[in-house]
Amino acid sequence: MYRYDEHDATIIRERVAQFHDQVARRLSGEISENEFKPLRLQNGLYMQLHAYMLRVAVPYGWLSSAQLHRLAHVARTWDKGYGHLSTRQNVQYNWPALEDVPKILAALAEVEMHAVQTSGNCIRNTTSDHFAGVAREELEDPRPYCELIRQWSTFHPEFAALPRKFKIAVTGSPRDRAAVQIHDIGIRIVENEAGERGFEILVGGGLGRTPRIARSIRDFLPKADLLSYLEAILRVYNEQGRRDNKYKARIKILVDALGVDAFREAVEAEWAEIKDGAMKLTDEELARVAKHFEPPAYESLEGGDALLAGKKLSPNRRFAAWLESNVEPHKVPGYAAVVITVKSPGRPPGDITADHMDAVAELAERFGFGEIVITHRQNLCIPDVRIDQLEALWAELDALALGEANYFRATDIIACPGLDYCSLANARSIPVAQRLTERLHKLERLEGVGELTINISGCINACGHHHVGNIGVLGIDKQGEEFYQLMLGGSSAEDASLGKILGPAIPSDEIVDAVDRVLDAYLSLRNDGERFLDCVRRVGTRSFKERVYV
Amino acid sequence: MSESNSRPSILVNGQISEDAWRSVDDESPVPSEGDVIVSLARWQRDRPELGDRLGRTAVRLDPEHSGRELADAFDALDMIVVDFPKFTDGRGYTIARRLREQLGWRKALRAQGDVLPDQVFFMQRCGFDVLALRADKSLETAQRALSAFSVSYQGAADDPRPLYRRRPEGVVRSARAS
Ligand code: SF4
Repeated sequence: MYRYDEHDATIIRERVAQFHDQVARRLSGEISENEFKPLRLQNGLYMQLHAYMLRVAVPYGWLSSAQLHRLAHVARTWDKGYGHLSTRQNVQYNWPALEDVPKILAALAEVEMHAVQTSGNCIRNTTSDHFAGVAREELEDPRPYCELIRQWSTFHPEFAALPRKFKIAVTGSPRDRAAVQIHDIGIRIVENEAGERGFEILVGGGLGRTPRIARSIRDFLPKADLLSYLEAILRVYNEQGRRDNKYKARIKILVDALGVDAFREAVEAEWAEIKDGAMKLTDEELARVAKHFEPPAYESLEGGDALLAGKKLSPNRRFAAWLESNVEPHKVPGYAAVVITVKSPGRPPGDITADHMDAVAELAERFGFGEIVITHRQNLCIPDVRIDQLEALWAELDALALGEANYFRATDIIACPGLDYCSLANARSIPVAQRLTERLHKLERLEGVGELTINISGCINACGHHHVGNIGVLGIDKQGEEFYQLMLGGSSAEDASLGKILGPAIPSDEIVDAVDRVLDAYLSLRNDGERFLDCVRRVGTRSFKERVYV
Repeated sequence: MSESNSRPSILVNGQISEDAWRSVDDESPVPSEGDVIVSLARWQRDRPELGDRLGRTAVRLDPEHSGRELADAFDALDMIVVDFPKFTDGRGYTIARRLREQLGWRKALRAQGDVLPDQVFFMQRCGFDVLALRADKSLETAQRALSAFSVSYQGAADDPRPLYRRRPEGVVRSARAS
């Protein structure tokens, strides 16, 4: 993984000092709250219903064991003993005191971490595939490009006061686990007809009140031009994006307003002026950054896929189910990537205790190469585990209550903070997720239904990504009562689509039964081996509606 | 804007200096002596007279401008001003970089309006060398903020080279390669 050099370390050290000074000037009254707000936001400090929330950047989700141990330490020392994994692969703390934040940042800086640009109207932390570097079908490891983007966007002097937040995601695999089509800019590593590697560039994806799937503006961009092209897009957005209405300020609205062709022309015109300048990436720089992501020292192992297939026949049904759902084929024979879901009955989705952080950090040392990745669905991944050690790892995870076999299953729910924490909410999200988990967590049910995503948002701002859940749940307020709208057929993967509303909103005490009936409907409607999403797409929502609204 | 908001002090290349400039609105007569700032609209309307003054002349751009409006007027102007009506509106940064890096403006470039100490580091990187801070803000704090960072990753108007073209290691490596 990427290790800081002296320049990176200097920049982060100077950032801690700068923010320390800004907090002092805020506390002394030299800066007003209004003026302080963008400063604290660009340091990840966000005001929630009850307290500040601090969002720590985890570049493209990648952590060392030492860093995860440090996150546990922060949770214990300055928070209530837990943290929260976000859908953009970051870590959030819900209860820090403002005056402790400079201390937290200093503690993070010691392990090459920070909270730079995790909030506010700037370029946010770049996200990526949690199986980057190990996925079998991957064309090329996206992490070096994420890191180049991280450096380019960090304290970019021109783009610190954009019309609105700006999110970039990169995938190097045809299977999209990074949700690139719902980002302001989505980047896919592709190969052109001449066999050269480069990027396809998509713009204008996003959820919120105006959900949009990103549109492609360039089929092939040579690698050396990555940063200048991004700069051209950002420049067009900075100048032309709307600033009069925050709900119309994202780039997707600009792309809609201009039309994708005019938008592309504007970008290409800006780009023509800078593409051959100093931003062109040098071969040395591409090689220097790529070197940080060279594969670890894999052993040459026998057995590979056959060994894994054999283990799935294990008489221990829970272990076998876990292998089926949580273990992903690896590009190196004899290894697998393992997802550790932190979602089980009684836990708010994405929350993780300091003890669990420490435990996973330690397991990653023993069973992997001391690396952990936070996934877009708010779980953790150890990317390199020997297949012959999977059973031992699972036994330890199970003893920690982290051995749940539910990655991409019905209880692997994404839920926004909702009414419990968020001042904009119409309805609660987390308790609905917990009630659904309670109902659906039995192994027979999870295995019977198979691959499924459920995403819950507490209002139309869509932080819980309900539009792109296979089942989306949206909280609405009906004269002070919490109601929920169901949507079916959304996806944020390579086959991205927005879900369709199933029918009238459902009262809170009936929503779990309704979701249960959606699953029953699927089981009676599906063809052999057909995923939930494919079934909805084939039969349409009407057949489901008849079976859900009874 | 009416007759002047002229402030006693500004930062010029990081030094606290007296502000000799005075803003003149679109209707008031422009004195032939002294240093004045006029709007782009005024400049476009009265260019012949304004070009003939004894004192120095500057034109103020607003966020909705691009900077290209003045590309043919560089010889006639002594300074370009970019107004920041709200510090959260970042369009002025793009205008500055375009003026400096693409259009080749070399003379003074002034930021004014809602200019706060915590924005001046970025402003300076985008090419502003004259910073007229909001009247209630401390010039000393702003002066300190100019050196908040000793390294930057990106190229900008202050140095077009990104860090990867400035690294001594990089230079050594390519020297070895050749
Ligand atoms: S979706 Fe609404 S309720 Fe949920 S976190 Fe976002 S703003 Fe808050």
